[in-house]
Amino acid sequence: MPGANDDDETLIDLQQELRSSHVQEVLERLDHELVGLVPVKTRIRETAALLLVDRLRKKLEIASETPTLHMSFTGNPGTGKTTVAQRMAEILHRLEYSRTGHLVSVTRDDLVGQYIGHTAPKTKEVIKKAMGGVLFIDEAYYLYRPENERDYGQESIEILLQVMENNREDLVVILAGYKDRMDVFFRSNPGIRSRVAHHIDFPDYTPDELFAIARLMLDELNYRFSAEAEDAFREYIRIRMTLPHFANARSIRNALDRARLRQANRLFAAAGALTKADLITIEAQEILASRVFIEGQRDLEGNAGAAGRASGAPD
Amino acid sequence: MSMRITQGTFSFLPDLSDEQITHQLKYCIDNDWAVNVEYTDDPHPRNTYWEMWGLPMFDLKDPAGILYEVNQCRKAFGNHYIRVSAFDASSGVESLRLSFIVNRPAEEPGFRLDRTDTAGRNVRYSLHTYSADKPSGERYS
Ligand SMILES: Nc1ncnc2c1ncn2[C@@H]1O[C@H](COP(=O)(O)OP(=O)(O)OP(=O)(O)O)[C@@H](O)[C@H]1O
Repeated sequence: MPGANDDDETLIDLQQELRSSHVQEVLERLDHELVGLVPVKTRIRETAALLLVDRLRKKLEIASETPTLHMSFTGNPGTGKTTVAQRMAEILHRLEYSRTGHLVSVTRDDLVGQYIGHTAPKTKEVIKKAMGGVLFIDEAYYLYRPENERDYGQESIEILLQVMENNREDLVVILAGYKDRMDVFFRSNPGIRSRVAHHIDFPDYTPDELFAIARLMLDELNYRFSAEAEDAFREYIRIRMTLPHFANARSIRNALDRARLRQANRLFAAAGALTKADLITIEAQEILASRVFIEGQRDLEGNAGAAGRASGAPD
Repeated sequence: MSMRITQGTFSFLPDLSDEQITHQLKYCIDNDWAVNVEYTDDPHPRNTYWEMWGLPMFDLKDPAGILYEVNQCRKAFGNHYIRVSAFDASSGVESLRLSFIVNRPAEEPGFRLDRTDTAGRNVRYSLHTYSADKPSGERYS
């Protein structure tokens, strides 16, 4: 057995090691910041424990290989993948698997060019920027377009593969996207698959969790719901979940942004003296004015597209 | 007989290891200098403008990205001279801060001194790069 010798009995204080890495703080922040996501948090904890033990083994020279750290985060839009990736980068930094702990978030457009010879420099540029930290590729499966065999995405995949293998100490890659499409992507790209060690699945939020997320977001912005607004928002969540383009926590964030807009308009229109309570309270009318409640008529307003990526979404 | 070329910083030391290069690159990044990778097969000291390998790098967080380009350049021009130069763009400076060789050909034939007699028994000297006798691209093959 490699490394098995007389000092097998050396005492190692795992708790002390954990404390000195300051990883605990990040894990606690993850707990506070993010509602629900219990399976994800558990997996992150397990991964952190594994990496901590690996680091110890390296220190005692039992192991020398850098473990493969590339990951895949699967789940529907708005389930917190980017946010968790950010925390993951921090954890890797604290465990000294990442020198900088920064996260570079990209999609196909940032990696793949428009014409011959355009893709390699683009991909390399992104890789260089991410080096030392974490490269987060959202909707990674768009890199692979089997229907077009001359698609430049393949070139990008090949460069990524090389770097994922040869620069394991310089860069951690996290691939993210819908679960089913990601599975297809991995099946058609076994090279990538074999280099991804950790797969973490992000579940959809329950209505209660979405409500808790709304509370948390409002709290951060120093707003609060009135009692009636709470009821209205629960109802809003129930309907919104059944409509198209539902994007979990992101839909909640968008809804709250619009509610704040309406609240400001209401206060402005009232034009009277305001109390502090007025300024921080979201009333039911701000929620009920949403197009979600006039389902079926939502096209009449004709302002789809105003929400950018969530265009057409009836927030 | 090889004639080891000494240009730029550290050139009287043994060649830098990749780890030592990385430390220098880190120093450049920490100072916000724009870093260039350049190569040439004509190491004449007056040849100040070497070919650029890609664009200057000024927004990287970590030296690994620059070392990556150095290695790519070594792969393409392993038998050329390759150097890293760091440019300080801050106002009032706008000039090169650091430049050092990170790759050199296996054989370095070096230079010959040519003397030319001119009027009044004056002598003019010039430096002749042996390798430059061959056309560019074939000099260190
Ligand atoms: N569990 C949660 N608790 C609190 N806020 C959350 C939670 N999950 C997501 N959010 C918030 O929702 C927003 C969207 O999350 P994020 O961008 O991480 O989702 P995503 O899964 O990466 O989506 P996509 O892959 O479509 O970009 C962020 O503003 C984030 O802060």
